[in-house]
Amino acid sequence: MMRLKRTCKEATALLIAREDRALSRGDQLALRLHLLICKACPRFARQMLTLRNSMKEWRNYTTSDEV
Amino acid sequence: MPGFEQQVAELRSYLLKFARLQLRNETWAEDTVSEVMVAALSKPQGFESRSQLKTWLVGILKHKIIDALRLHARDFHPAQESADSQEDPMDYLGFKPDGHYVEPPAEWGNPEQSANSRQFFEVLEACANQLPAVQGRLFLMREWLELSSEEICKELGLTPTNLYVQLHRARLRLRECLELNWFGNGVKP
Repeated sequence: MMRLKRTCKEATALLIAREDRALSRGDQLALRLHLLICKACPRFARQMLTLRNSMKEWRNYTTSDEV
Repeated sequence: MPGFEQQVAELRSYLLKFARLQLRNETWAEDTVSEVMVAALSKPQGFESRSQLKTWLVGILKHKIIDALRLHARDFHPAQESADSQEDPMDYLGFKPDGHYVEPPAEWGNPEQSANSRQFFEVLEACANQLPAVQGRLFLMREWLELSSEEICKELGLTPTNLYVQLHRARLRLRECLELNWFGNGVKP
């Protein structure tokens, strides 16, 4: 049976993993449910988003910006 | 306006910086940048700005770097960094035995709102450079070369599991390094 309840540690691991691979349907759903009821993990999710945006800006900076 | 050759030569150290960061090996980096120079100088052309020339050169560099990574793939198999696997980088975040956070992650705010983005990029590069070499290479293959996980596995002959373990560690370390050196309490310049 699919386990929908995840700990913060498990949810955090999924938030990292999804940067590099597609999550299974079950993991996606469990993660979404966890983020709805958790106060800490959405913060980690925002950190990962900030990192993603930062890397994108850095990429642009490495190619075209004047240094 | 200096001639094409001169302009290309002036960007050598700039290219070398990224070759070093991505390849994490001085010889490979030097060789790769030399190849970029040869390739560029064999196709002289005019650019309206230094920025356009740079974009063109970085494009060539990225292709040459992928060739170099493919060539040396066997030299940096993740198994070589087995000593690192003793440590669980999830521990940096601090979890209780029941899987809850000891303290919730910090609110970081937005780096692009900071006027010192160049300084931020320097910290980011330093943090990437502090990753163990294998993790650093794989992480930048994703984030700088913009290869998919599937492409990286194919180019380097890695299993997906192997790659994901390394990238997971790399992301946690990089996050930790940036929190300590940039996003952390009040150290923002």
